[in-house]
Amino acid sequence: MHHSSSPHWLLPGIIGLGAILMVLPFWFMLVFATHDEAHIFAVPPPLWFGDQLGENISQLLNRLPYFWHNLSNSFYIAIMTTGLNLLFCSLAGCAFALYQFKGKKWLFNLVLGTMLLPGFLNMIPNALMIAMFGWINEPKALYIPAACGAFGVFLMRQYIEQAVPYEVIEAARLDGCSEWGLYRYMVLPLIRPALFTLALLTFIASWNNFMAPLVVLRDMESYTLPLALRALQGVGVVPWGAVCAGAAIAVMPLIILLIFTSHQLIDRLSQGYSK
Amino acid sequence: MHRAWKKYTTIINKRWIPYLYLSPFFIIFVVFGLYPILFSAWISLHDWDLSTSPWDMEWQGLANYEYILTDEWFYRALYTTLWLAIVAGVPQHLIALPLATLLFRLSNRTRHFLFCFYFLPFITSSVAISLVFSSLFSRDFGVLNQVVSGLHDWVVFDIQPLAWLFPEQAIDWQDSSHIRWTIAMVVFWRYVGWNTLLYLSAMKTIPEELFDAAYLEGAGFWQQLRHVTLPMLRPMILLALTLSLIGNMQLFEEPFILTAGTGGSGQAGQTMAMYLYATAFAEGDFATASAIAWLLFVILLALCSLGRRINQKNNG
Repeated sequence: MHHSSSPHWLLPGIIGLGAILMVLPFWFMLVFATHDEAHIFAVPPPLWFGDQLGENISQLLNRLPYFWHNLSNSFYIAIMTTGLNLLFCSLAGCAFALYQFKGKKWLFNLVLGTMLLPGFLNMIPNALMIAMFGWINEPKALYIPAACGAFGVFLMRQYIEQAVPYEVIEAARLDGCSEWGLYRYMVLPLIRPALFTLALLTFIASWNNFMAPLVVLRDMESYTLPLALRALQGVGVVPWGAVCAGAAIAVMPLIILLIFTSHQLIDRLSQGYSK
Repeated sequence: MHRAWKKYTTIINKRWIPYLYLSPFFIIFVVFGLYPILFSAWISLHDWDLSTSPWDMEWQGLANYEYILTDEWFYRALYTTLWLAIVAGVPQHLIALPLATLLFRLSNRTRHFLFCFYFLPFITSSVAISLVFSSLFSRDFGVLNQVVSGLHDWVVFDIQPLAWLFPEQAIDWQDSSHIRWTIAMVVFWRYVGWNTLLYLSAMKTIPEELFDAAYLEGAGFWQQLRHVTLPMLRPMILLALTLSLIGNMQLFEEPFILTAGTGGSGQAGQTMAMYLYATAFAEGDFATASAIAWLLFVILLALCSLGRRINQKNNG
């Protein structure tokens, strides 16, 4: 909407005020991570950093002896899930975008249809499958079932159709390029921006995932970060300073990702939904 | 590696290549999606717990479904879920839509910068952030209660203009009459940015000429909003509302953490997904839990088709 008559600072001012409300909880999280219990619940609450970060971290490690292990589990699972999705989704997207084959339309609709299946429907039977395979407490219980997401296949197919001209593929075939060569040397370099977005989305989803690991990871040592943080709630008095320190460690990578990749993340997500 | 692949792909008939490329998706789907889902439909018709082998299951017909439909906690969880879907869902859109129209008027750079703040809650771990909220919502000296009591005590010209609105006593945000509001606030805060993104992306597709034409005919901001933006956004509003409904009916992480996994006192914060989880993993009753999952799925389908029906009626 153009041609407005309100003062030019008013609009950003109002929206900026809302933006401050949105990040305030993050601010308190960071500040509380550096204060002891007495300060966190002081009147008025602290608004600036204190000097108890070390104390809070050691309390966190005291409550969660495997905390660093949990952190590396989270990274490992997120990286494996991301890597597998990049490979499998781009191959599947390639098949849908560049090949003609029997049942193509039907199979593509099936991929779209699986996106409509709600997660809870799969929660119990999936846990039973994992138990049957003997994968309880193992990272692969999380990255194998999530290795090729339907949304990723859809994203790749859309992007390849638009970014890889069919004539180029035909020309390369006539020049004797193998099918694998087509994927490796023609398609992959052209779809790098889409791969980057898919990597971001997959990493974030895996990093934040709570329900799937809750069902299949039972031992403290195998926990991912969200499960470990939740375990702080379990027994006795909740150490709020330590909770905020742990939460800050879990949220930090995502804040950093958003700062550096906000354009890839937000713009491409919004493109996907504007069609 | 790539040599070997080259050999393979020339040996394999070219006709099979697309199927080969699609095989990871479909193998994973069949093993971890289709088969388990059918299996869950099957066990929902049996009497079964983990101690008996699947081969010795006792056929029960619809008894599990009958049991759920007579269980008081099922209706409570359903009520909580629907309550949250509306109270946490509708305000998201009442804020997101005007916010998107306001953001749209800013320059690209400013818009992007400001929007990032609204988007941050959506991409952060709901577990971590729900834990932080638990501390902000503490009854004794939590930040929110301090704000509430500050507003209560606020004095202008010897009177307290907000005293009637804000209580003097500290609010127990975890008790059975407040826990749903607590959950709704956190859910609202987390998803308002996502809905704003949906509306912003739809607004970018509205042709500029429409606004220019409206402006030339003397339409101000509100008239443009009423006669250009809202009608053009109609399909996106429906999509966004549907996505919210689907998401809110599955609400799990925020209520789970905010009630420390218990559902809160009197189970007032227990959603359907939590009821399902508790039945399966606290009581070990996988057959009943599978029946709950299928019931919830049917309810979800019914709500979505109801929404479509209403929409079609309004159009026609």
